[in-house]
Amino acid sequence: MLDRRRFTGLAAAVAASLVALPGFAADPVRIAFIDPLSGPFAAVGTSGLRQFQFVADEINKAGGVLGGRKLEVIGYDNKVSPAESLIQLKRVIGDNIQFVVQGNSSGVANALIDAVAKNNEREPDHRVLYLNYSAVDPSLTNEKCSYWHFRFDANADMKMNALTDVIAANNNMKAIYIIGQDYSFGKAVAEAAVRDLGSKRPDIKIVGNELHPIGKVKDFSPYIAKIKASGAQAVITGNWGADMLGLAKAAEDAGLEIPFYTYYAAGNGITKAIGAGGVGKVRLVGEGAANPPMTAAWADLNKRYKAKWPDEDWTQPRTANTLHMLANAINKAGSTDPAKVAAALEGMTYKTYWGDTVTMRASDHQLQMPVRIFVHTNKNIEFDLDNSGYGLLTESTVTAEKASTPTTCKMQRF
Amino acid sequence: MLELTVFSLLNGLVYGLLLFMLSSGLTLIFSMMGVLNFAHASFYMLGAYLAYSISTKVGFWPGLVLAPPLVGVLGALVERYGLRHVHRYGHVAELIFTFGLAFLIQESVVLVWGKQMVDYHEPALLAFPLFSLWGTEFPAYKAFMLAVSIGIFIALFVVLTRSRVGLIIQAAITHPSQVAMLGHNVPLVFTAVFGVGTALAGLAGVIAGPVLSTFPGMAAVLGSIVFVVIVVGGLGSLAGAFIASLLIGLLQTFAVAVNYSMKDLLAAFGVATSRASMLSDLYSVTVAQIAPILPYLLLVLILIFRPTGLLGKREV
Repeated sequence: MLDRRRFTGLAAAVAASLVALPGFAADPVRIAFIDPLSGPFAAVGTSGLRQFQFVADEINKAGGVLGGRKLEVIGYDNKVSPAESLIQLKRVIGDNIQFVVQGNSSGVANALIDAVAKNNEREPDHRVLYLNYSAVDPSLTNEKCSYWHFRFDANADMKMNALTDVIAANNNMKAIYIIGQDYSFGKAVAEAAVRDLGSKRPDIKIVGNELHPIGKVKDFSPYIAKIKASGAQAVITGNWGADMLGLAKAAEDAGLEIPFYTYYAAGNGITKAIGAGGVGKVRLVGEGAANPPMTAAWADLNKRYKAKWPDEDWTQPRTANTLHMLANAINKAGSTDPAKVAAALEGMTYKTYWGDTVTMRASDHQLQMPVRIFVHTNKNIEFDLDNSGYGLLTESTVTAEKASTPTTCKMQRF
Repeated sequence: MLELTVFSLLNGLVYGLLLFMLSSGLTLIFSMMGVLNFAHASFYMLGAYLAYSISTKVGFWPGLVLAPPLVGVLGALVERYGLRHVHRYGHVAELIFTFGLAFLIQESVVLVWGKQMVDYHEPALLAFPLFSLWGTEFPAYKAFMLAVSIGIFIALFVVLTRSRVGLIIQAAITHPSQVAMLGHNVPLVFTAVFGVGTALAGLAGVIAGPVLSTFPGMAAVLGSIVFVVIVVGGLGSLAGAFIASLLIGLLQTFAVAVNYSMKDLLAAFGVATSRASMLSDLYSVTVAQIAPILPYLLLVLILIFRPTGLLGKREV
């Protein structure tokens, strides 16, 4: 039997250990992944989460951060809805998580950037740092820029600049069709395409500039019929996920054999759907190149990822940059305090797995990085996508200096 | 322009007839049992996934034959052991039951087949362009879809209007208790109709899967539109569902092809609109951009001006 004094002593010890537990050095640094894990864009979201968790494992194997704390990436499903994302953000803050990564949909990003800024102002003790790995609406690092937001992907303007260089180099090109999803990103792509083509090749006629609802179109055949009828020689599209897949499928079915200049036409079933019909015709702008893999470390990482997830591919190399730079910043700051980590991220340079040197520009928190043009093909492909034998081959590289675009950001610092 | 018209017509027909296959089962179930089956599109998805699994083992054609009956049996079991028990608690309970069922099927599909799109594709036999007009190809598979849908319509029509079974079903729709009084097993008729209805949804999934992609979100994208079809067509009217499906299919397809906006309409009447106007965003929205909401607009108009639907006999 315990007498009362021993019982109180024991209870006190248990209570003390419970209180002390969250402060333990072994406590993981949690990172909330707010992206679609259900609905039409679930495939993109799920594979993004797996890539983040894979990189986290890599960092943990190498010793984690702050002398032994591990990184843990936790998925929060937002169904690509801005409203749902805000609910998830509240949960994240309630769970005392200090880092949020998000990438799918600039519509969501626009909601998050505001909500995070407001939260950080109102609740200085529960601040959150928002790391955007793929939402590329230029306004996020221009007029809407925020101290609490960092973007680890080239924005739509930087990407369009590289794409239109390729288009402009083709002297036979006379007519272009632009099609995109009807939200901030699709509009940003269309605007950038019209502007860049207008300055580089004013003789190219834009024969169509179309926006369709995001994630709602069941069959793209009517759009393909329209593109065909317009007499376009090439298509520019920022479509991603199910919308890119549907567009590629319908184009293939209708035998539309003109070049496609895209942002996201690869992986998650898209490469397989494009198949033989798109060889040498579908081009994509992106960052890390799998073919050729450029460095042994990058090839090794791709191989090990494939071994773990045989049905998946490493489709978003920027996830690796995002998490590694966060880990470096946490180590540099010596803390997980979002304000200190943000300060450490500003101006930080990092050497990517594939050998690029990238820098986080302090003035607008836009990563300065080389941008590459890839072509869909089955020749010289070491790492194919969708186990289809087809993959992306690097065609040209735009250096970080050349890819850079100016910013209008006037950042309020903390 | 002719080129665009012809292909819009063909695409609209393919889409419209697919909608018909989905909505024919739904309208029968609704008119007979008064059950708004929210899980109907989930059976459609199930059809596509089952056919995919069968096709990876023994090919597309066995999948086409086997998957719809499988879905139908599943539907019949759901009616016999689920819906029938819930029925006595009224329509709200039924509604919630099918609503929950939709989630259950959705999550089961994700558990079994994963969140990624599965590679369900048309058979090699039909993977060729049937004909080429002005350089645009029309895939043979779409022609096959057209043929199957029309075949189903004719078969359903004949069974419902010319056969004894059809007679009993028709009677059970309007006078269930009298039909039971005459010695017919009305609950069995209900189970059978539910089974056949879900089997049709399954068949729609089997043939639509390769074209519209087979992924866990496929039920959600068609889920709401089928309700529009049965309301516009008139509840319980097969011919109405047929007309409404085609109407909505063509409406959506042709709307995509039209680039005119309110601004152009106003300009035709000599009214100039300035870009600075508060409403300039509204004026410049093209018909193509609002194509996906047009069916819902049609739904609202029908409910206001003809609550019975195009060919329906009773109010919604």
